Amino acid sequence: MKLQQLSLFLENRPGRLGAPLEVIAAAGINLMTLSLADTAQFGILRLIVREWEKAKRLLEDAGWVVNITEVVAVDVPDRPGGLADALKALEGAGLNIEYMYAFSLRRGDKAILIFRFEDPDAAIDQLQKAGLHVVGAEELFQHMP
Amino acid sequence: MLTELWNDAAGGFHPASAPDFLPEERLREVQLRRLKAVVARAYDKVALFRSRMEERGVRPDDIRSLRDIARLPFTVKADLRDTYPFGLFASPMSDVVRLHASSGTTGKPIVVAYTRDDVDVWSEVMARTFAACGLHRGDVVQNAFGYGLFTGGLGAHYGAEALGATVIPISGGNTDRQIMVMRDFGVTALCATPSYFTHVIERAGELGVDMKALPLRVGVFGAEPWSDAMRARIQADAGIKAFDIYGLSEIIGPGVASECDAHDGLHVFEDHFYPEIIDPQTGEPLPDGAEGELVLTTLSKKAMPMIRYRTRDITSLLHERCACGRTIRRIRRIGRRSDDMFIIRGVNVYPSQVEAALLAVEGTLPHYQIILSRDHGLDQMAVEVEVTAEVFSDKVRALEDVRARLAHAIEHILGIRVDLRLVEPRSIERSQGKAKRVIDRRNA
Repeated sequence: MKLQQLSLFLENRPGRLGAPLEVIAAAGINLMTLSLADTAQFGILRLIVREWEKAKRLLEDAGWVVNITEVVAVDVPDRPGGLADALKALEGAGLNIEYMYAFSLRRGDKAILIFRFEDPDAAIDQLQKAGLHVVGAEELFQHMP
Repeated sequence: MLTELWNDAAGGFHPASAPDFLPEERLREVQLRRLKAVVARAYDKVALFRSRMEERGVRPDDIRSLRDIARLPFTVKADLRDTYPFGLFASPMSDVVRLHASSGTTGKPIVVAYTRDDVDVWSEVMARTFAACGLHRGDVVQNAFGYGLFTGGLGAHYGAEALGATVIPISGGNTDRQIMVMRDFGVTALCATPSYFTHVIERAGELGVDMKALPLRVGVFGAEPWSDAMRARIQADAGIKAFDIYGLSEIIGPGVASECDAHDGLHVFEDHFYPEIIDPQTGEPLPDGAEGELVLTTLSKKAMPMIRYRTRDITSLLHERCACGRTIRRIRRIGRRSDDMFIIRGVNVYPSQVEAALLAVEGTLPHYQIILSRDHGLDQMAVEVEVTAEVFSDKVRALEDVRARLAHAIEHILGIRVDLRLVEPRSIERSQGKAKRVIDRRNA
């Protein structure tokens, strides 16, 4: 049920975000989504792609330090209050979120939340008990064009 | 050469090393005899030396004991530049068989000359260097010191040949070829700058070559200061014994001093190069054991004698007998140079101090660079550190924590604030020769 997320280190200066994305695009790898966490000085680019092993190898060959993290995807109805309800359920379960980001699917009426937990297995358990739908890799990438 | 008659196979005593074991009294006799001769030669043949001695009212026959060397004037690097190119030569060009020159990072290079005898002395001291590093006939030496005007390449080359080893004159650079040759030619020893060798290790890892599985067992490193922690890393990553050697073109090139198996200071080949330690501020001689600037006098150089040359290298002279049995004195490993040092906000800083702080936090030495700048008249020090796989995290907080710990470690050692920047892997230029650790933009 867990997804493999690629993270890579970027300096916070013009043009740095484009370079790794070009490497991925040149290999014909489609991005499901991305998130950029940044400080004044550096950024961490996080990517969700179907062919994560190939993307990791290509990025490392091009000189980036790439880290693989297991994250958990949950889908929520794409309507006002959808996210709030999901977060309420999470808080009730007492789960600690390291960070999260969200995106809407191109087709359909759902938004996907990506969570980074310290213990993803325990979190999946709790999420399901709380009645949330955890989306596995296979299901998620069905939405890819 | 008489090497054929000696036991110079692995494990045996190498004949080249014989002068390293002279009884002290005999060594001092040799030194005094040679000192008198070189001072007389410098006085007779080199205008600068003669005028400096006359200014001080010293004549060659005033040198009656080794202590009298303190009466002689110092020579500094600027003297070589001011007399560029041939002003300090004591031999006619017809007796000079070789010229070398320093890289000359600021202005004119300096030129150094060798007679046939000088080249023989150089080969001898480099053979003694390699013997001290445990090399023998039968060793295959990959010489990655640069060939050309730089003294490193040819100095190591002649020494390894004099020892009876097999030399591969590959010179510096072209790292992939270095690794191929190292593997395919059964290389057992390699000469390089330590910073270049760490680059070789890094590249071998990328190419999937296991350095530890190769026959390579000895690394001979010099031409720049490197820390004990860097040595430990090199030894662990490459599965070799790493030796520190010391030398400078103005004196002869590599071959002035070398570590032995005890790795407890570098033996100065003091039958050819007389060492003193002085207070860099006052110029006063300091006793054995005290830290100060190393000053060297060439005792047997013909083409270009150097009298009391100020090396700017900070070390101390060890008199105690070494575990290896050599009687020649040792200098402590040189961690800093009095001119490598920079002053920021009144604080003296050596790059090795920054290196020690980075190592303490990361466990290994990342690639780094110190950048000095001036903002509204105030000096700023930035340290750029490449992010390694070991410290990288997908969490901002974890990376901020690494950054803060690195900055804190440096600030703790130096006592001044630094702007620590994490930068992308391989964004800092890799050196093929001496690593450029400090970029000073304060007067740009």
